Amino acid sequence: MLSNPSNDPTAPAACLSGAVKRYGEVTALEAVDLSLHPGEVTALLGPNGAGKTTAVRALLGLSRLDHGQAELFGGDPQDRIRRMRTGAMMQISSVPQTLKVREHIEVFSSYYPRPLPMATVLEAAGLVGLEDRLYGKLSGGQQQRLLFALAVCGDPELLFLDEPTVGLDVSSRRGFWEHIRGLVSKGRTILLTTHYLEEADALADRIVVIDRGRVVADGSPEEIKARAAARRMRCRTSVRPVEIHGFPGIQRITEDGSILEILTVRSEPLLRELLALDPELADLEITGAGLEEAFLSLTSNDPVSQKGAA
Amino acid sequence: MSTLTSTAPPLERPNLLRIYSLEARLEFLKLLRMPAYAIPTLAFPVLFYVFFGLTMKTGGAFSMATYLLATYGAFGVIGASLFGFGVGVAIERGQGWMLLKRASPMPPGAYFAAKIAMSLLFGSVIIAMLYTLGATVGGVDLPAASWARMAATHILGSLPFCAMGLAIGYFAGPNSAPAIVNVIYLPMSFGSGLWLPIQILPEFVQKIALALPPYHLAQLALKVIGADSGGSTAGHVAYLCVFTLICLALARLGYRRDQDQTWG
Repeated sequence: MLSNPSNDPTAPAACLSGAVKRYGEVTALEAVDLSLHPGEVTALLGPNGAGKTTAVRALLGLSRLDHGQAELFGGDPQDRIRRMRTGAMMQISSVPQTLKVREHIEVFSSYYPRPLPMATVLEAAGLVGLEDRLYGKLSGGQQQRLLFALAVCGDPELLFLDEPTVGLDVSSRRGFWEHIRGLVSKGRTILLTTHYLEEADALADRIVVIDRGRVVADGSPEEIKARAAARRMRCRTSVRPVEIHGFPGIQRITEDGSILEILTVRSEPLLRELLALDPELADLEITGAGLEEAFLSLTSNDPVSQKGAA
Repeated sequence: MSTLTSTAPPLERPNLLRIYSLEARLEFLKLLRMPAYAIPTLAFPVLFYVFFGLTMKTGGAFSMATYLLATYGAFGVIGASLFGFGVGVAIERGQGWMLLKRASPMPPGAYFAAKIAMSLLFGSVIIAMLYTLGATVGGVDLPAASWARMAATHILGSLPFCAMGLAIGYFAGPNSAPAIVNVIYLPMSFGSGLWLPIQILPEFVQKIALALPPYHLAQLALKVIGADSGGSTAGHVAYLCVFTLICLALARLGYRRDQDQTWG
């Protein structure tokens, strides 16, 4: 017998509590707490190797935690009845090449009690007209959309999208966002992992920043940005990074020939310092930092990086 | 008489039979559209049987065509199982396909049941071709009951090799799996007397054969025509059962190991 899915509308759809996962020497999750609230789109944002995929796999019961708990709809994630309320798009390299789009969707739909009609799935994933094509004959973007179709075909309440647009070009990525927004408008609970900051900002209600297995920030995109109100300064100058290294508020210095790009939360004192060091300073530009910089300031441990040949 | 007692209609459960049959049908289509699997597994046993079984007619008390029908039948079903499972599982693990299936609400048995069904089906097609060739071109003349017993032996006998394939599939990489399966399959088949009668192989090979699983399957098939080299039916069956359990235990170990891997 299936339990009534709407018994408590405020209970988290899924949560990790005190989750610890190690792979040998590497700690993928270090005491992570994460709750997914019904109807909310949460972006788990972090650099490669931050533990995003491990978190998704733990929530789906695919990997065992060393400590802590993963819960799906208040219970064991491995339970098939609970799984029937979820769909997942994972980072995988391929599905069997010699099956058609229609066949792949048909079998995944069969796992669910109330799957969407085939035509709706094809429409939602932008695969109309490709249903009789073998997976192996699809383009990269189309293959990615098939994986999306497999995640949504069961009409799940909770959707895991693990780096859904990785490897797509800019226009395919934006096209993909439209498909995801289509689901958001239907009130689905979504956990999206990404290292594209623009993607998290564009799609999520809430951003959880994770780095080296720890949650370092959790809030709305605006809060995350406000928390690290960094500005980007760019100028042509003879000042070298080492001269201002350690100046309060600096988060990152990038050197490209005679151009310095500095990320800082205290731009005015820094500007005075720079002009004192180099009155000839030119081509000055100061811009508000986007989410990318906010994110970087929360996770970066290396304040000086160089790009290009000096 | 049925009465509805609850006010809210209960959520319907997905139909298990439909899932299992869909998985099996797709497994079949997948392999059929993959010439690298379908052609060698179907053609090799038949070609070898034609070369060795049908061209050499002298074979002592039994015609070579009859004797080798029992052993090439074993060769055929073993190949279908080892390639279907060993290479299939290794590739689908490597792709991440298995991970996606595990993340889905698929009943876990459906994946393996589909692969077993397909190994049995391909195995049946292979022995049907061999038996037809033997009965027509090779002049193999057996009572109907013997044909049936031999077919049952061959088809059931493929199960231990499904387990062996599964174990290989969990430890072999997706690219090396076909080579690994061949390196195990071909020498093991020769050494077990599947290609040429065990009696004409060197004595040390005959000794090694006792430890090889295909030898025991072949002996069971040869018993049907009274051409086995001795040893009790129970002994051969017990060997194959223990072998199956060892393979399943190894596969389980590989499965647990997979669960703890990072996968990039």
